[in-house]
Amino acid sequence: MLSKLADSTPAMPGLMLASAAGSDSQRTLYPYVTGTSVVGIKYKDGILLAADMGGSYGSTLRYKTVERMKPVGKHSIIGASGELSDFQEIMRYLDELILNDNMWDDGNSLGPKEVLNYLTRVMYNRRNKFNPLWNSLVLGGIKNGKKYLGTVSMIGVHYEDNHVATGFGNHLARPILRDEWHDDMTFEEGVKLLEKCMRVLLYRDRSAVNKLQFHSETLINVNDKLLLLSTAFEWLSKMPKFYTHKQIAKITEEGVTISQPYSLKTFWGFSAFQNPTVGAEGSW
Amino acid sequence: MDAISGDLNAPHSMGTTIIGVTYDGGVVLGADSRTSTGMYVANRASDKITQLTDNVYICRSGSAADSQIVSDYVRYYLHQHTIQLGQPATVKVAANLVRLIAYNNKNMLQTGLIVGGWDKYEGGKIYGIPLGGTILELPFTIGGSGSSYLYGFFDQVWKEGMTQDEAEKLVVKAVSLAIARDGASGGVVRTVTINKDGATRKFYPGESLPLWHEELEAKDSLLDILSAASPEPMVS
Repeated sequence: MLSKLADSTPAMPGLMLASAAGSDSQRTLYPYVTGTSVVGIKYKDGILLAADMGGSYGSTLRYKTVERMKPVGKHSIIGASGELSDFQEIMRYLDELILNDNMWDDGNSLGPKEVLNYLTRVMYNRRNKFNPLWNSLVLGGIKNGKKYLGTVSMIGVHYEDNHVATGFGNHLARPILRDEWHDDMTFEEGVKLLEKCMRVLLYRDRSAVNKLQFHSETLINVNDKLLLLSTAFEWLSKMPKFYTHKQIAKITEEGVTISQPYSLKTFWGFSAFQNPTVGAEGSW
Repeated sequence: MDAISGDLNAPHSMGTTIIGVTYDGGVVLGADSRTSTGMYVANRASDKITQLTDNVYICRSGSAADSQIVSDYVRYYLHQHTIQLGQPATVKVAANLVRLIAYNNKNMLQTGLIVGGWDKYEGGKIYGIPLGGTILELPFTIGGSGSSYLYGFFDQVWKEGMTQDEAEKLVVKAVSLAIARDGASGGVVRTVTINKDGATRKFYPGESLPLWHEELEAKDSLLDILSAASPEPMVS
């Protein structure tokens, strides 16, 4: 069942004559189209992930509606920063992994921990061959009522925690999360906290783009049955509807909903911003 | 923690301007016609919009050799695929074949591509495949060194659901603007419009393009200007 070690072998063998013709094996490359931070937290009912929708090309903010978070199987969500083409390839590997898992038809399915473990092996083995997948990944999910949130980097460093971040998020978001995250946050608290992190990233990360997406994994109580609701959901103002019985049932019947991208307001009204160089002309 | 981000070597000078836009009913692909080796213009009338199938075309930028070999391979595979399938290939399949080659040979290739076409399932579609082999299905996309000058332009004028005429005019205007400012783009503007009725090539020589800032009307000779004006000494 174990899919073969995912190296640069293409899906259709024989198609890639160039790389098969014994030319120099691929070595460390540089990223071209990149995504920036992903931030994730555990909350009372599950997992929340947030990322902007930017695809930068060097210093150009080239693509502004890129989905950097995707559902994986029945239980997980993946978020990626770094090279977009490598993330697209990782999604192909994961599709194959999930397909093979389903083909067993044994009632069991890969949970988030197992998926992250698979990804860790992929990332680490690529690193050992000096041909990394240039991504930092966040993997969150719930299986059997148990919440899971972990991360793996392009060199294979992996760990799980109550809150994780990639890229700039490590430096800007994690301190906020360390201070303000607590166990059993409500959905609203979780979204507000993530938005606080995303706003700081928008201010201070040059490659950030003001178009965000949220993804959540939640356990919902519907008619006394605990159901997993894998959704990318709409803006907070619509949330009150989310918790009524009728709406939940409707959502679970409809399946996964596409998130509505939205933008954050930014604040520039500090008096110190008005005339910053008063008394010190020439400074900035 | 993340490893060092390494040498972010992204936008290399890619002498070209290429554009692909969708409109209500199909797509319009556009490109300039300049191929340069260093400072010399090797070909001033090149055709950068290459046919892959009857209904799918590709805009090439970056290394001429790399983009040509990728197109040749994809054309070859698509031909076989069409025979096996028994009907025209979809734009998505064509674009994904391009991606496969671009991604798996990312270390060796220096080419940014735009795949555009029309098929009966999805209608007109544009796929951008920049350096690295990312594939993105987009309502419009621009590429090549000249594209740097067009991001603001498109941010302002782009709208969904244009007519074919609007889309063609937009593409021609955009390429012409890029040519005005990008030394690596020049020559004529070529467009290919693809819809359910097939693909149509158009050609816009320099004189047919609008004049931009600090550009003057082309004349045959100074003598024409002098004879047209009243006999006065030339004043600077």
